[in-house]
Amino acid sequence: MTVTDSATISAASSARKTALTLRGPQKLFDLLFGGSTIFFAALVLLILGGVVFSLVSGSRLAFSTFGTDFIFSQFWNPVTSKFGARAPIYGTLMTSFIAMLFGVPISFGIAVFLTEVCPPVLKRPLSVAIELLAGIPSIIYGIWGLFFLAPFMQSYVEPYLTSTLGAVPGLGILFSGPPLGIGILTAGIILAIMIIPFISSIMREVFETVPVMLKESAYGIGCTTWEVMWNIVLPYTRVGVIGGVMLGLGRAMGETMAVTFVIGNSHRIASSLLAPGQTISSTLANEFTEATEDLYTSSLIALGLILFVITFIVLSFAKVMLIRANRQAGN
Amino acid sequence: MAATLDMTRYRGRQVQSRIALGLACAATSVGLFVLGTILLTLLWNGLSALHPTILTQMTPAPGSKGGLLNAIAGTIAMTTVGVALGTPVGILAGTWIAEYSRGSVLAQMVQFVNDILLSAPSIIVGLFVYELMVVPMGHFSAWAGSVALAILVVPVVLRTTVDMLGLVPSALREAAAALGTPKWRTVTMVCYRAAMQGMLTGIMLAVARVSGETAPLLFTALNNQFWSTNMNAPMANLPVVIFQFALSPYEDWQHLAWGGAILITFTILTLNILARFLATLSSLKQ
Repeated sequence: MTVTDSATISAASSARKTALTLRGPQKLFDLLFGGSTIFFAALVLLILGGVVFSLVSGSRLAFSTFGTDFIFSQFWNPVTSKFGARAPIYGTLMTSFIAMLFGVPISFGIAVFLTEVCPPVLKRPLSVAIELLAGIPSIIYGIWGLFFLAPFMQSYVEPYLTSTLGAVPGLGILFSGPPLGIGILTAGIILAIMIIPFISSIMREVFETVPVMLKESAYGIGCTTWEVMWNIVLPYTRVGVIGGVMLGLGRAMGETMAVTFVIGNSHRIASSLLAPGQTISSTLANEFTEATEDLYTSSLIALGLILFVITFIVLSFAKVMLIRANRQAGN
Repeated sequence: MAATLDMTRYRGRQVQSRIALGLACAATSVGLFVLGTILLTLLWNGLSALHPTILTQMTPAPGSKGGLLNAIAGTIAMTTVGVALGTPVGILAGTWIAEYSRGSVLAQMVQFVNDILLSAPSIIVGLFVYELMVVPMGHFSAWAGSVALAILVVPVVLRTTVDMLGLVPSALREAAAALGTPKWRTVTMVCYRAAMQGMLTGIMLAVARVSGETAPLLFTALNNQFWSTNMNAPMANLPVVIFQFALSPYEDWQHLAWGGAILITFTILTLNILARFLATLSSLKQ
């Protein structure tokens, strides 16, 4: 709406210009101001271009030395200058997967609660509280994870998991090993906690775009609250919900500080989720300033490039979905 | 008979609905409980660490007493420079999208890229600034840290500027145009004034966002154990000090880390609440 408005205005103003052209300093200021706005808009594109360029040029040495082996090799040894990204990539994907596994259902539950169950008095304070929690910096989640969650996991959750699920054939391998408190599982849970505010506030927003008429018609033919949620609201807002989930996934994969505290920094891929691991971002945070050799630095930048490519794809997908949802809500 | 059968089915559906909504309530309680635990742990550990010396003394060597003065000053300095650099870029770029672009393909591209930058991993920004500034300059510096923060400020400010200028009624622009006002004056004197509160909200959100950022500073500003006002050298900053101290084996360092954590969290919460308050005020006016 605003776009068409401003278009008519600019059309009007260009019509005006043909009749009355600006002269003197005003014309210069107009040019300068308009020019600087488009310059800075282009700068935003340039920043992204610069990021891509610097990552590609910085990682060239690593890719030319190891080729595609860099992505698939599991060895990461600064002493012998052998670098492979399999363990960090596995860690990034696995922790994000765990985060989604816990985070998405809980976020959905919160969004359902806020739109359908919550008494109106509590609705606003609760939504505001959840949105404020999205603003807390990740280092706070990290320090909490290190001093509270990790000991808690070590003394209660992990021994319990090992004694119950650990005994199940096949599945047990995921929950074997000593309870260390820090590891892939703990990192995944921290990430889940961090993305809950994001995903649930987006879900709540898109749920509220559902026309009341649609919901009331469903109630009118005798649907229960849950059936309205599951069969009417969710299909209607499908695109926006997927967008929100993908946005959360993008955040989880790129999250650095919270994960670095609790992941345990091991470059070995262990079969157990309780074992320490490594994500791309935690490797960068831990090792980048220690890297003295060119090949080492280049390998780390190559890791950064891989992370950037993955998150770029996920975030673009999320964005496209959310734009589509927005259009749908506008119609 | 048929009627009773239907009633049992209906009861079943009601039970199913109750169970599902009960689970939703449970999910909300779990979420709130966990997030409450975080705040409580923070208060519990942080309040005991909050001591006036935290604001008057430098970061100590392990085993001795000290505060976080240099780290707090460094964070304030770099956040200020970062916001000062990033805000004009964000505002002007947003102005172009809202006032000049007429919804062109380029404008849509800029907005798309901006939204990606908004959620892109901040550690990638750190890598970029490392390549852009640290490598050519040959050393870590507070300037590099500030530029990294500025890059994170731009998307937040740009987004709110576009949104807020979009809310300015076109009648205002038309009235200015009817008076023969040049476009740059219309934008700066009419549109900016009308959207002022919203744009301020955006800047505050940006401050809140970058003052807790750790990852982009790790290899740009690095850290410094001493007081430094030299922007051309590594500078201490609160998030990196928290990171370093929390992971250290020394108890007094960990204690200081909690103190820093509570400082940063409450600064950010206050900023966010203020920003929200401003946003409500401006929406009330419209």
